[in-house]
Amino acid sequence: MSVEAKAAEVATSDLISVFIDGTEVQVPKGTLAIRAAEMIGVDIPRFCDHPLLDPVGACRQCMVEVPDMGNGRGMPKPQASCTLEVAPNMQIKTQVSSPVADKAQTGMLELLLINHPLDCPICDKGGECPLQNQALSHGPAESRYLGVKRTFPKPVAISAQVLLDRERCVLCARCTRFSEQISGDPFIALVERGALQQVGFYEDKPYDSYFSGNVIQICPVGALTSADYRFQARPFDLVSTPVTCEICASGCQLRTDHRHYQVKRRLAGNAPEVNEEWNCDRGRFAFHSGRLADRLTSPLVRDGGVLRPASWPEAIDAAVAGLRRAGSSVGVLTGGRLTLENAYGYAKFARVVLGTNNVDFRSRPHSLEEGQFLAHAVAGRTVGEGVTYADLENASQVICVAFEPEEESPIVFLRLRKAVRKKKLKVVTVAPFASNGAEKLGAHLVPTVPGTEAEVVGKLDADADTVILVGERAASSLGTFTALLELAGRSGARLAWVPRRAGDRGAVEAGCLPNLLPGGRPVTDASARVDVQAAWAVPTLPTTPGLDAGAMLHAAGTGSLAALVVAGVEPTDFADAEAARASLEGAGFVLSLETRLSEVAERADVVLPVDLIEEQSGTFVNWEHREGRVNRVNRQARSAMTDLRVLAMLADALGSDLGVRRASGAKAELTELGVWEGERAAAPAEAAASGVGTGLVLGSWRLLIDGSAGNDGSEALLATAKRPVARLSEATASGLGLADGDQVTVAAGNGVWELPLVVTPSMVDGVCWVPGNVAGVGLGELAVTPGESVQVNGGAA
Amino acid sequence: MTDLLTPVLSANWADERAWKITNYERTGGYQGLRKALGRTPADVMGTVKDAGLRGRGGAGFPTGMKWSFVPQDNPNPKYLVVNADESEPGTCKDMPLMMASPHTLVEGVIIASYAIGCEAAFIYVRGEVVHVVRRLQQAVREAYSAGYIGKNVLGSGYSLDVVVHAGAGAYICGEETALLDSLEGRRGQPRLRPPFPAVAGLYACPTVVNNVESIASVPSIIANGAEWFASMGTEKSKGMTLYSLSGHVQRPGQFEAPLGITLRQLIELSGGVREGHELKFWTPGGSSTPILTAEHLDIPLDYEGAAAAGTMLGTKALQVFDETTSVVRTTLRWVEFYKHESCGKCTPCREGSWWLVQLLQRFEAGTAVEGDIEKMLDLCDNIGGKSFCALADGAVACVTSAVKHFRSEFEAGYTTPAWELFPYERSALFAAPKGAHA
Repeated sequence: MSVEAKAAEVATSDLISVFIDGTEVQVPKGTLAIRAAEMIGVDIPRFCDHPLLDPVGACRQCMVEVPDMGNGRGMPKPQASCTLEVAPNMQIKTQVSSPVADKAQTGMLELLLINHPLDCPICDKGGECPLQNQALSHGPAESRYLGVKRTFPKPVAISAQVLLDRERCVLCARCTRFSEQISGDPFIALVERGALQQVGFYEDKPYDSYFSGNVIQICPVGALTSADYRFQARPFDLVSTPVTCEICASGCQLRTDHRHYQVKRRLAGNAPEVNEEWNCDRGRFAFHSGRLADRLTSPLVRDGGVLRPASWPEAIDAAVAGLRRAGSSVGVLTGGRLTLENAYGYAKFARVVLGTNNVDFRSRPHSLEEGQFLAHAVAGRTVGEGVTYADLENASQVICVAFEPEEESPIVFLRLRKAVRKKKLKVVTVAPFASNGAEKLGAHLVPTVPGTEAEVVGKLDADADTVILVGERAASSLGTFTALLELAGRSGARLAWVPRRAGDRGAVEAGCLPNLLPGGRPVTDASARVDVQAAWAVPTLPTTPGLDAGAMLHAAGTGSLAALVVAGVEPTDFADAEAARASLEGAGFVLSLETRLSEVAERADVVLPVDLIEEQSGTFVNWEHREGRVNRVNRQARSAMTDLRVLAMLADALGSDLGVRRASGAKAELTELGVWEGERAAAPAEAAASGVGTGLVLGSWRLLIDGSAGNDGSEALLATAKRPVARLSEATASGLGLADGDQVTVAAGNGVWELPLVVTPSMVDGVCWVPGNVAGVGLGELAVTPGESVQVNGGAA
Repeated sequence: MTDLLTPVLSANWADERAWKITNYERTGGYQGLRKALGRTPADVMGTVKDAGLRGRGGAGFPTGMKWSFVPQDNPNPKYLVVNADESEPGTCKDMPLMMASPHTLVEGVIIASYAIGCEAAFIYVRGEVVHVVRRLQQAVREAYSAGYIGKNVLGSGYSLDVVVHAGAGAYICGEETALLDSLEGRRGQPRLRPPFPAVAGLYACPTVVNNVESIASVPSIIANGAEWFASMGTEKSKGMTLYSLSGHVQRPGQFEAPLGITLRQLIELSGGVREGHELKFWTPGGSSTPILTAEHLDIPLDYEGAAAAGTMLGTKALQVFDETTSVVRTTLRWVEFYKHESCGKCTPCREGSWWLVQLLQRFEAGTAVEGDIEKMLDLCDNIGGKSFCALADGAVACVTSAVKHFRSEFEAGYTTPAWELFPYERSALFAAPKGAHA
């Protein structure tokens, strides 16, 4: 929390007066002198100090003089202002007014530079380097050091993604403190002593943390660099654009830097209410997929069974012909990559142009109950009406149901961990085993067989200070949403839905659901429809809920739907990937709007290329319902158009009118429409699942860094991924005659996976856990969802 | 002359197998403990306070007052940690004490633990001195068997466990918070204060960290009374203490005498400076204390006397150097030690000691240039008082005091190698072959 925010929180009576260079400033008790000085604009040079890390006082750069501690006595020696808590009426003299402090700071910079290589001209940090900047602003003009500098062989890869040039390091311990205090992955530590002290790691266990990129960003010198960005650009050649991350629903504010029309790197932005100053490695490093060879640059039409490039007019004509034939017998599958505005475009296109409620953003397993839950408890809310990151931090208890924060919303994980560390937050996880992330939260595990969540939730205790976070996986466990609403109603606990993908929450708001119009308006509610009809200037809207994504695919495959319009969807994400492929192949007409030649595009009749996220502007809505702005980073020579613009063209060609062509227009229309203020859709009332599969039951979730298409091309990032394994409890493994480390096969309806077995002590008996995606192959290839039966056997497939 | 000596801690060192518990008991051992257990902890603490015992590790903080800082209402366990990580160059008092009479320390540990109300005490011994570690471990085992340690000590209802822990050999672990980190199994680096160990020390619990000699002095204070102890020494520095003489004296060793004795008296006790030579300079308390010269032979060696002479009493490790010794070379050796032992946590110590060594090497080799003395002093000013802990202050103290008293020798370093001015074999007890200088 910033000093200003902290100051606002405390009553005026709790403020104390201190004097910085003779200027009085009011600060809360316990404020550090360096922060108090910042409040009046006095910038004390520093290296180890970081407002989000615990003070350490290691670099000694921020020395100040304290002629009066507030009790009339002065401190005999200069003090490090980053560890000095102010006292009432304390006098602090910084370099501005104290020759002693000034000499101490100048002397410290001279010392920091004696063993520094001064290789700024070839260092990636040069131009944005706190050491370089502060050496110029506060350091001596020339060094008096004539001796031998300490050198090290360079660089050392502390992980596949992060490289360490030890001779540049000033040993501020920011990276090691971050890894220990913030992410809880203390795989790096300072080793050796004296001037040979260095950041070290255990050779057999590299620094494979989901948050490792942050240490590069907070390194005050060029000691830590990323494999991606190393030697790619100079900071002053880069153009920076603030964006919102398109990966998950955490809603991180990021800064994207590009040069020569190519994104060079992404950094965490400064967003105290959301991601503070952090982000995850996937958000930071997974930006390469759009520049691979399979990037679509021109429309494609199917001609004689094969796709061939076509002009835009030809492709639009082909699409129009296909859609005309289908009439309103069309399904629209939108996926999770869309901005709010693009999602709105699809939602409106389906209703206004195609005349159907057959629109759904969900490609992973979903249920009717989930749709009802979203309509009842999620859609049409704004930030402040729901749970926020600050609420997580101030809760007394957070219960995670079908939700693994570190894997599925890493910034939620960081905020939970902060609260666990600083505010003694208690975390409870309803899961088949205590994951690494859960252990780092000190979470209490409620061992749960997948599919029985509803039953378990019914027995949980909560109170008004409790926050319940439910993940999208609850959809595959019938009755869970119902039980959670019941628990929240009974206890006063607050409930939040944390989807996995960045576009999910916005898609709900935009109306990309068969039962919802924009703003959380139920399609079955006449007055809700009237709202939307007025805004869209259409006489009628379809009145019955449409098909969900699974039903649409099935219907298209059997011919009862004549056409599909598909945006960012992968067959492998569906509950049954083979069936999804078969449906796409069997469908009468498939129109694909894609960035890359995906499996859907390969099976489409017409493919229309659309913009990458970096080529467009818009909005993502995070799990808090908070809107985050996406700004266009750059427009490449081969850029296409946004989904929205392509849909508008299609509408025109179909003799209709989408009414909006640009993100700004879509956003304005959505804002004017506002959220639904009428009666909310009814809560789901689904009975708990009557039972789970027989024999071994599957448990699974997606890992943050896995074979998702968005990670393609990010080789260094993928090299830090967790090894895919199968997990069984001790009793279950020995019952099957299996031991830790054995190679096992996990088989279900459609396929077999071969994975090494890890016997997991906290695992509930009778469950086999596997990751949701192994090397680009989704669980859908096995045609099995969590809670269903699987067979596990020893030996190779 | 020998009536100047007051052997209390060292009284039994020459006894046959003084380290065995039966021999220790035969000379009055563990009587102090029996006496202490018959009194209240507060009473025992009061006696130590009244005696005026001050910390023998160097800083001279009143021991009884340190004990009283432990909050008795804190619900956490309390700990006593004995700092036996004696590593200061020249200092060699705790090791012989623990080697010759470990039970003196063990008895002190039990009494001190009783006084502060702790049920677990740790003795952190420097790892290299394996023999001492074994002696101590054996002594603790004997004390357990005899019922002095363990459940219900001597039927008093008071219980105590004592653990002897061997460090891994780092000078910084003599710094009390680094010692606590090391004891907890972490890297030994000093901690941020506050909180102070008395409030949040070992495992974040109230902890007293005391020097070996301080704790070893406690049994005699309890056995003989505060007045007996206070009758020795000077007004503000009371009691007897171990002075360690080393270097160019006839008979180096431990001399136990009341605080306030002078170096002149101690040198006489040791048989004088090396035959045919005279005193040039000396340290009052190890290499971290500013050096003194022959003109300071008569300052009283107590806390106040040393401070008045611009130095510190430190560990009372008196290293004596005669006129054959190069001050430049000696200073370089000391600073090399600090460079080697700097933990690396903070900039001035880590980088400053690295730089100082290279500067001093130039003085030693006679390749320093005009202005290097001023540069070195300015560097010392940028290091001293700016570092995280006191290690760097010690590193610069020997440099600044050497320049203060022997500036001309450093100026000679602009032109002449130290080994030409002070042939090294002349200062060595066993001369190296000619020409084989460092």
